Amino acid sequence: MNYPKFFKEGFIVRNIKAEIIKEAVRELFIKANYVISMDLYKKLLEAKESEESEIGKNVLEQIIKNADIAKEENIAICQDTGMAVLFVELGQDVHIVDGDFNEAINAGVREAYEQGYLRKSVVVDPLFDRKNTKDNTPAIVYVEIVKGDRIRLIAAPKGFGSENMSALKMLTPAEGVKGVKDFVVETVLKAGPNPCPPIVVGVGIGGTMEKAALLSKKALLRPLDQRHPDERYASLEKEILEMINLSGIGPGGLGGRITALAVNIEYYPTHIAGLPVAVNICCHANRHAETVI
Amino acid sequence: MGDIISISAPLTEREVRKLRAGDNVLINGIVYTARDAAHKRMIEMIKKGEELPVNLNGQIIYYVGPAPAKPGYASGPAGPTTSGRMDSYTIPLLEIGLKGMIGKGSRSHEVIEAMKKYGAVYFGAVGGTAALIARSIKKVEVVAFEDLGTEAIHRFYVENLPAVVVIDSEGNNLYEIEPFKYRRI
Repeated sequence: MNYPKFFKEGFIVRNIKAEIIKEAVRELFIKANYVISMDLYKKLLEAKESEESEIGKNVLEQIIKNADIAKEENIAICQDTGMAVLFVELGQDVHIVDGDFNEAINAGVREAYEQGYLRKSVVVDPLFDRKNTKDNTPAIVYVEIVKGDRIRLIAAPKGFGSENMSALKMLTPAEGVKGVKDFVVETVLKAGPNPCPPIVVGVGIGGTMEKAALLSKKALLRPLDQRHPDERYASLEKEILEMINLSGIGPGGLGGRITALAVNIEYYPTHIAGLPVAVNICCHANRHAETVI
Repeated sequence: MGDIISISAPLTEREVRKLRAGDNVLINGIVYTARDAAHKRMIEMIKKGEELPVNLNGQIIYYVGPAPAKPGYASGPAGPTTSGRMDSYTIPLLEIGLKGMIGKGSRSHEVIEAMKKYGAVYFGAVGGTAALIARSIKKVEVVAFEDLGTEAIHRFYVENLPAVVVIDSEGNNLYEIEPFKYRRI
């Protein structure tokens, strides 16, 4: 028999059943909607201590109590259980068997939103047919092929109170660091009380238009106590956070010191003529959960 | 913070006119849910001269699309959605006697002017505290537009639903007053 070349050379692929992916996706979307991450929880506790405004403190207390209730009772933190955004890092030595990769993901989303008592918030067509798809599909999936034989899945359900306040701008290279700072702060000021502050701010700089947008969403996944490894970006993150927290918007938009819990920046090489900047604002729940198969 | 005021819906204009931006309230009685799709339908009905499926005179609308309730719960998580999306639909409802709105986020200048004119108040609930708020919801009935699912008009029977008066019937706006005190840029 004529085996393909890679078989003859003993190349090994790891078979993963589509069913395993479906199960993982189901569990992740339920978990992300019920439990906030520990780094975020700690930030909220710190924020409650340092907030100067009495109203602000009270709002933070309610937010923390809400997170506790959701976790204890296994119910959603927020009624807006979001659009199902899924980041996939797919090892190049993985072979998916017994089913369709995309269908497995959507089946996982469908089951999570049905079995987890999560709200179905997706409409068929944005403009002409705003009818609910009734199972929160389709998922929004970003696949990156990486080395190895594992699959890393990160579920990041995104509510639209904060998504609607996000923005993108193609700056000129001349606008530089100041242009970036001004645009991020301006976007947060414009959002005011709407995106459920205290917010987490994801910033994507560089690449192309859509690359910057994607980076800004990915930036939200980084732990909040972890600054960018490049010192220049790390200090830019701190500086923008300080500027935002001088805005006075405060928890719930009802005034105070803590408007944002963190600013996370990611960058990518870009064109000689460009400086794309995207700002993805996330609410105080900044939901995400991950697993490795 | 001041005392907590207990109010019971439906509201009279006199009660509404007494509320001030910054008052902490506990809302009792009936509130109706409506968000984008239900508002759109109601406004179309008003334009056609049709009677609305609920009489909104003196009532409170809560901008919310609840999540499904787990067995044993009266309501699923039900926190406020962004109110500004309802701005373009709000004035005709104030004209027919809507007295209160519960939501989160800013309102337009036009809506605030109409609130002053007709005597209405805008309550803020804390966005993203849906599991906590659901504890105040004791009974839920779908009363109109059932096909809209979560966006249908629900009648909530609430007990001590915590909220703050964000914009009062004189146009005082807590979203401007409070952040201004802490603003340093």
